[in-house]
Amino acid sequence: MRRTLIATGLAATSLVLLAACAEKPSEADGTVSVKAADSSCKVSATQLKAGPTTFAVTNAGSKVTEFYVYAEGDRIMGEVENIGPGLSRDLVVDLPKGDYQGACKPGMVGDGIRQDLSVSGKAAKELSDSAELKAAAASYQRYVESQTGALIDKTTEFVDAVKAGKVDEAKALFPRARTYWERIEPVAEIFGDLDPITDGREPDAKAEGRDFTGWHRIEKQLWVAGNTDGMDPYADQLLANVTKVVQESKDKPLTALQLAQGSKGLLDEVATGKITGEEDEFSHTDLWDFKANIEGSQAAIAALRPVLEEADPDLVTLIDQRFKALDTELDQYQDADTGEWAGYDTLSKEQVKRLSDSVAALSEPISKVAAVVAASA
Amino acid sequence: MSERSPLSRRALLGAAGAGAVAASVAGGYAVGATRDEPVRPDPEAVPVAFEGRHQAGILTPAQDRLHFVVLDVTTESRDELVGLLKEWTQAARKLTQGNEVGVYGAVAGAPEAPPEDTGEALGLPASGLTLTIGFGPSLFERDGRARFGLGDARPADLVDLPLFSGDRLEPSLTGGDVAIQACANDPQVAVHAIRNLVRIAFGRASVRYSQLGFGRTSSTSASQATARNLFGFKDGTANVKSEDRDVDDVVWVQQGDGPDWMVGGSYLVARRIDMRIETWDREPLAGQEAIIGRAKGSGGPLSGGDEHATIDLGKRGSDGQPLIPVTSHVAKAHPDNNGGARILRRGYNFVNGTDGLGQLAAGLFFISYQRSPEQFVRIQRNLAGPTNDALNEYLVHRSSGLFACPPGVGPRGFWGETLLG
Repeated sequence: MRRTLIATGLAATSLVLLAACAEKPSEADGTVSVKAADSSCKVSATQLKAGPTTFAVTNAGSKVTEFYVYAEGDRIMGEVENIGPGLSRDLVVDLPKGDYQGACKPGMVGDGIRQDLSVSGKAAKELSDSAELKAAAASYQRYVESQTGALIDKTTEFVDAVKAGKVDEAKALFPRARTYWERIEPVAEIFGDLDPITDGREPDAKAEGRDFTGWHRIEKQLWVAGNTDGMDPYADQLLANVTKVVQESKDKPLTALQLAQGSKGLLDEVATGKITGEEDEFSHTDLWDFKANIEGSQAAIAALRPVLEEADPDLVTLIDQRFKALDTELDQYQDADTGEWAGYDTLSKEQVKRLSDSVAALSEPISKVAAVVAASA
Repeated sequence: MSERSPLSRRALLGAAGAGAVAASVAGGYAVGATRDEPVRPDPEAVPVAFEGRHQAGILTPAQDRLHFVVLDVTTESRDELVGLLKEWTQAARKLTQGNEVGVYGAVAGAPEAPPEDTGEALGLPASGLTLTIGFGPSLFERDGRARFGLGDARPADLVDLPLFSGDRLEPSLTGGDVAIQACANDPQVAVHAIRNLVRIAFGRASVRYSQLGFGRTSSTSASQATARNLFGFKDGTANVKSEDRDVDDVVWVQQGDGPDWMVGGSYLVARRIDMRIETWDREPLAGQEAIIGRAKGSGGPLSGGDEHATIDLGKRGSDGQPLIPVTSHVAKAHPDNNGGARILRRGYNFVNGTDGLGQLAAGLFFISYQRSPEQFVRIQRNLAGPTNDALNEYLVHRSSGLFACPPGVGPRGFWGETLLG
């Protein structure tokens, strides 16, 4: 699922920027022209004022190019892609005070031809400055913290069982540990490098020529081979990476907009991976993940609720209704006593269709949340 | 984003047109050559009127492409159903006139929001798009229970079609609450329309199945050439045409036929008929012609004459046998053998790729419109079964649906207003 995750992460970043500059177009006085060629990248000014800057990028070269603005550590502040030879495109970036780099990427490969940019003056107002949105982000952060604790504990138990060769115990722990992972998937979204090696699937690993690792590598061993032979390094690596995601989520909490995007991203995960039963192809424990994604999405919407109720109460009503309908549809497959979910392979085509309908019904109103959040910043 | 003004596809087209003119002037070509000639609008760009006494897409000369969708209404709230029909009508008005769905359409909305219109028809003309809606029996009652308070409104004729001999119906392709037929001369325009209507319906209705079609297999206007089906034969030569004097009697529900809300409407039959293409292709020419009852080249009946020659079922050859075999498709379907029953056919060829065995997964998506379902039932009874129409050896009926298409919509009305308004 890495492709989806990275794309969503980037979209969330650029949304913040776009929304911020659309809010006060009159301040967008700074225009910088960028002449991109096959082996040069000329930026007309490198000393910029804080606030929105328009980079007017013209491609004078022969290859399709891109232009990026990076902050420290190659954090992408804005990008404009796919500029054909002879074409011009604008990139508007709202840059707070600090040091950046502008980069042209002829042929759309490599690190690009870079130029230092220095931004001075008062930091631009950030979207998340709204007290309500800050509160929403903080509320979701508390949810993430509650989940990450359990995630580390359950993953540790799972890893210990695998390393002790306890196949049945490991099988029972697998979907339970993953529940906490799937609930906070918007967080993992930001760490595009960790997700594929932790939650990637076999065909993708093969296609990218890397070792098949993470949750699903161990899943395959448990359910296909029926043992844990050779799994020790994979188990250790899994725990290390999960711990890393948890640590980084504390250092870089999500903004309200990323949250809104994340709630939709979780449903997209359900619609593409779980509905098809391809996520847990060996164990068929997809319904565990399914429910966890829905719960995570619900938590993200709950955090945003005060903002949404203010801006669009009808949307909140509709979302509530459709969450409820989906829960009703889904919960019939859970054993109320044990909490166990039915194997995905036991569902009929009609049952899957009904779940899919309910997810689609919920995804439409949730896809409108990000715009509402952006408008209320 | 409120300062953004809504764009329409037609506005974009205008801009594209202007650009084209500018380009040709700059290139030094054709300046003055067409100066005094009247501007002739591209027929593709002229939209078909959405409003009228009858729904468009029934007597409208058959366009070349089809996207047909059957949905199940998932809400049980009458208000939500009415809301959906109103939203659909609003979208259909825009779509059929070549415009984008919504206030801001595909590109003029807030950048943080998914576009209201999916955008794949931007820059394309209206392409003769028509959208036609019909209601299945299950919208009125299901499992013996009335839905949406419509139990009494169901016309007595609106019941599932009987099972015909040889039917191999797939439940997931059969029945359904609502059908929407999109016909256009550009497949992208038809697909765009259905995709946007389905999107509007998420949470209130769910798609049961949909079917793409091409190469209209019937003419519904005398001005159209007769198209061929995938067996290579002209199909629809004897179809009811919009110019026929008795077309009203054949197609439109009249006062007194049943509930008043259906007056000016029509009954739609939709059936996916798979064709055994490879087997057919191994049949000798004479055999193919005897099965159909017409000459493959000209389309003329085997009793003699050109395509439009009168069919003479009684004419015999030197061997004393009828020139048009009694088991031929033409003979079995002829009004003389069906108590005079006639229907307006509007079917389309389809190819759903190949099946797992490398055979063409193809056939005819049969669509007919009639004043009463009885007209279709009578003809199909006469055709169905291994000992009747010889063509059945090469056909498998996979889906079946009957839908009541309400009359047309006025300037402010909505689809189904006579039923639910």
